Amino acid sequence: MAHDTLAPPKGTPLLDVSGLQTSFDLSKKLSIKAVDGVSFQVHAGETLAIVGESGSGKSVTSLSIMGLLPKDIGRVSAGSIKLEGREITQLSDAEMREIRGKEIGMIFQEPMTSLNPVLTIGQQIAEMVIRHQKLSKAKARARAIEMLELVGIPEPATRVDNYPHEMSGGMRQRAMIAMALACEPRILIADEPTTALDVTIQAQMLELMKDLQDKLGMAIIFITHDLGVVAEVADRVVVMYGAQVVETASVEDIFRNPRMPYTAGLMNSIPRLGSSINKKRLEAIPGTVPALTSLPDGCRFHPRCAHAASICKTNFPELEDAGDGHMIRCMRWRELSLNERQAS
Amino acid sequence: MTIPLLQVENLRKYFPIRGGVLQRIVDNLKAVDGVSFEVQASEVVGLVGESGSGKTTVGRTILRLEDATDGAVRFGGTNVMCLGASDMRAYRKRMQIIFQDPYASLNPREKVRDILVHPLKLHQIGHSSEHEDRAAALLEKVGLSRDHLDRFPHEFSGGQRQRIGIARALAVEPEFIVADEPVSALDVSIQAQVINLLDDLRSDLDLTMLFIAHDLGVVEHICDRVIVMYLGRVMEIASTADLYARPNHPYTQALLSAVPIPEPGKRRNRVILKGDIPSPISPPSGCVFRTRCPIATNDCANITPELKTVGEGQASACIHTT
Repeated sequence: MAHDTLAPPKGTPLLDVSGLQTSFDLSKKLSIKAVDGVSFQVHAGETLAIVGESGSGKSVTSLSIMGLLPKDIGRVSAGSIKLEGREITQLSDAEMREIRGKEIGMIFQEPMTSLNPVLTIGQQIAEMVIRHQKLSKAKARARAIEMLELVGIPEPATRVDNYPHEMSGGMRQRAMIAMALACEPRILIADEPTTALDVTIQAQMLELMKDLQDKLGMAIIFITHDLGVVAEVADRVVVMYGAQVVETASVEDIFRNPRMPYTAGLMNSIPRLGSSINKKRLEAIPGTVPALTSLPDGCRFHPRCAHAASICKTNFPELEDAGDGHMIRCMRWRELSLNERQAS
Repeated sequence: MTIPLLQVENLRKYFPIRGGVLQRIVDNLKAVDGVSFEVQASEVVGLVGESGSGKTTVGRTILRLEDATDGAVRFGGTNVMCLGASDMRAYRKRMQIIFQDPYASLNPREKVRDILVHPLKLHQIGHSSEHEDRAAALLEKVGLSRDHLDRFPHEFSGGQRQRIGIARALAVEPEFIVADEPVSALDVSIQAQVINLLDDLRSDLDLTMLFIAHDLGVVEHICDRVIVMYLGRVMEIASTADLYARPNHPYTQALLSAVPIPEPGKRRNRVILKGDIPSPISPPSGCVFRTRCPIATNDCANITPELKTVGEGQASACIHTT
């Protein structure tokens, strides 16, 4: 099975996602697989980036791990998610609540919508540590101040009594990181944490997350569409398209030697700094991201792929191992040479 | 140099803040505070800055979607700030805008045909019998087809909607377009398509454009010159090549260094700015950037730096750089 060999062996993974399938029932008759057979592993201290466009399934993957799928509509319909060997897809709500925050922390794209507007930042952090670490109120408050200081919020003893609306966007994102890390989770899932931020604030945030990772040793799952951010933070990269993993490799391999045409296409379609000296037309990927309700037969990327052959229209490619943990989902990966970017 | 198509002179836009029981004006939010620049015909000028820098307000004020508090905007020599409603309509035909959000900028109850024909009717362009052909031609110009005329916006993807928004802006054959973050709401693989489309249209139609964006990679790719704004003021203006190769202003340097490079292991010497952009209600005295500037001195609090020439076609508002 493909998903047994996704990562180079490094002992028991902290998180082992295997053949994950998440279905959404859109109506009584229509159900879609927003995540369709996704496998990856995350090891302690490692940063795994999940890259994809809207509808690729990257955010649903993270919600599945957190047990935060919308009730009655979404469910994990196959596969397993193991946290240090323990299966968590079948846990009750109460058991998942024990894991969220304590074992797995999460930060979202929009700090304004994920913070509670009627509680102060301090109350929200305290609530977490009182719940999970059974601290007293006074100790919880001290812990909140300590966390705010850790994430670089100036005057933490005053800021702890601020409401979210009293803080700027960058501050709120820091407060959310403080909250996610208050119970020292071993995994932090960051879903587009810097997308809504300006570049100078993004730079602060990436620096902060790296520092905290060094200090606390947690693993990070970084979900993003920004390849620049990926190159900066990731150790390994999972590229998703049409609810599936289409390529996964170390960050160096993904950027230097992308072997799935979609990954290579993404690399060529971003405008890089330096283009004013060496002006070239961007190599756009034609067409649009397919809707999950009308996925094409064969390879899901073939209608947009410059390298598609007739076999790609009929045969569904499996994720195959090209060695060194580099996995590729493409009928033609053995014959294609895609790394023209290097030659330029 | 010929006379610039667009001259923006000392533009100010203050939004009043009201307070107290009588809702009197208690303060002003200085969104744009003394901005001057020129755009030559057939030139694409980028306007970059972080959120709160005032870049969008500059674009909207030029088109008089907002009324300026002070300053002049000359279009082909005429100050459009002084025009009455009927005279302004003639100018609106010459200046168009492409909005950021293709989901919010198209009327969901209008078919594409109506979206494209309305501006033609409004500005009495061509005979109504030609309108459909013109609309179809516009769609083809932006990479869609005549078959799409009878569809509604919700039937299109984000990238296609942005193409419709571009077609609508082009319908009246404007001389000047403000493109306000035209690709930032799009997926990565779709962004390149729209950037290439704008590139093509630009050379085919000889468009003059003010390209407002926060993505410095996109701006470098598409613009001839770049204006860097911070807190309502211009920090630096230069040709794209000069700005990216030799940024003069400390803010420009920090901004460029903050852009992550899509190559693992390769990192530039990053200038990490402390804190956030200050509130435009009470901007810092002197240089507005000084509170986050790595080279700020006491003088920076007292002297408001003017844009001064630091190279050919390059001007920077900093008392410490030469």
